[in-house]
Amino acid sequence: MSNNLLTVAYVAASALFILSLAGLSSQETARKGNVYGIVGMLIAFIATSFSPGVTEYGRLGSVILPGAVIGAIVASRVAMTSMPQLVAILHSFVGAAAVLVGIANYLQLEQFQTGIEATIHQLEVFIGVFIGAVTFTGSVIAFGKLQGIIGSKPLLLPGRHLLNLGLLGASVWLGVQFMTAIPLSGLQPLLIMAAIASVLGIHLVMAIGGADMPVAISMLNSYSGWTAAAAGFMLSNDLLIITGALVGSSGAILSYIMCKAMNRSFLSVILGGFGAGAGVATTEGSAQPTGEVTLATVEEAVEVIRNAKTIIIVPGYGMAVAQAQYSLSEIVKILRLRGVQVRFGIHPVAGRLPGHMNVLLAETNVPYDIVLEMDEINGDFAKTDAVLVVGANDTVNPGALENPTSPIAGMPVLEVWKANTVVVMKRSLASGYAGVENPLFYKDNTRMLFGDARKNLDAILGQLSYV
Amino acid sequence: MTEALIAALFVFVLASFTGFEVINKVPPTLHTPLMSGANAISGIAVIGALVVSGERDWNVSVILGLIAVVLATINVVGGFLVTDRMLQMFKKKEVKA
Repeated sequence: MSNNLLTVAYVAASALFILSLAGLSSQETARKGNVYGIVGMLIAFIATSFSPGVTEYGRLGSVILPGAVIGAIVASRVAMTSMPQLVAILHSFVGAAAVLVGIANYLQLEQFQTGIEATIHQLEVFIGVFIGAVTFTGSVIAFGKLQGIIGSKPLLLPGRHLLNLGLLGASVWLGVQFMTAIPLSGLQPLLIMAAIASVLGIHLVMAIGGADMPVAISMLNSYSGWTAAAAGFMLSNDLLIITGALVGSSGAILSYIMCKAMNRSFLSVILGGFGAGAGVATTEGSAQPTGEVTLATVEEAVEVIRNAKTIIIVPGYGMAVAQAQYSLSEIVKILRLRGVQVRFGIHPVAGRLPGHMNVLLAETNVPYDIVLEMDEINGDFAKTDAVLVVGANDTVNPGALENPTSPIAGMPVLEVWKANTVVVMKRSLASGYAGVENPLFYKDNTRMLFGDARKNLDAILGQLSYV
Repeated sequence: MTEALIAALFVFVLASFTGFEVINKVPPTLHTPLMSGANAISGIAVIGALVVSGERDWNVSVILGLIAVVLATINVVGGFLVTDRMLQMFKKKEVKA
């Protein structure tokens, strides 16, 4: 395929990717958007395969096929509750691929360039490998945290900002070594830098904890885009640059939207350390909420539900962990048949991935129009008879509004406590992912129903279906 | 600075702005599919991997490139399929509602 034709194909693919992202941002066009993306990818893939530089088809086929099969199997098997982990691990693949491409590219092309061309190219390789390595290890750590292999608490080393700066400084110094090295002997500084960038990626994400995980995932999504763009710079490939920049900037804006929803500064999330002040604040201020915890039995919870004409259900990550969405969906079906107004209130950062709750509810066929965003439903809690909180904690914490010293102070929350009665389903009284006490549990109109959310919901479902 | 680099930066900046504009109004319901879709698209790195591993005799570069092809392919195929799976669920729900 001639270079002109290749360019035409790349322009078409770029346009399709833009259409794809645009399509994915609205409900009606989302599926079409995904198809655009697939078509764009196919065009790019086929065009590149026929480009002059690519000849070894047997060899390529023997790695592409297994890759595609693995991807297909993973995609069809993964449980919707594990979506955050899947997205995280897929990000890490992009990072790893970029690192490998960078190193391979350095080994191949180095000897053919001289002067300013070579300098620019070296810089591109160096930056590409750096971003790729940070994305790779950062995403692996994010995967580990979401999968529960690594503790979710933020790791806060003393002087961590200095440590980050030091790692960055060392990378820059190695960059200078790399740039001034004679051809191919720059490999050593390049590899050492890759190792340092890997440590940086690990450290950055280890320091992110608590409720910031959704933002971290979206940030890594953005990084994976920048990684692809950097690879485009080093390969002088416009398609990679365009696509990478698209994904990078859209990921960044998504993270920003989320930060705004949590009333958190973008920078403080990136630099990590959520809960750093939190530990201090809760112990020093001994902000132990006052009042009694009122326990409830399944029977009492059923009573509350039976007597309610309007119910709002607030799901959180606990619902996903307990796989309670199916039972919940059945309960909703029964209640709706009986003419009870049931709606869902979704916090923008409920779960471990933005929009995660919506996906889980969609999976169980909960009708779309009763699943509402926080802003749409927050005014309605005062007019609601009963609220069921299923595995949510920080997103329904009144401390965020009432207690200025709370680490989550200022974060908009679902104001469930304004309802007549609140039933909170939770495994125990333990604090949530962000490690913050929740005064909601001590309120007079709150009933705590401890235990596995799914078992409890099944029991409620069983009792509701009689009568 | 060579012309090639300037042209590349030009493209880069414009594409970044396009990304910002396109995503600005996305409803939270679609955040997860959007993210996995964007993730699949960033698997475009597969193109780069193809280029570095597609020619020449066996050497370290080619091996590194081939590993990159596998990883990026998993990302592309897995990402698009899982996005489709999610969007299918939304579709089903829309019909019922």
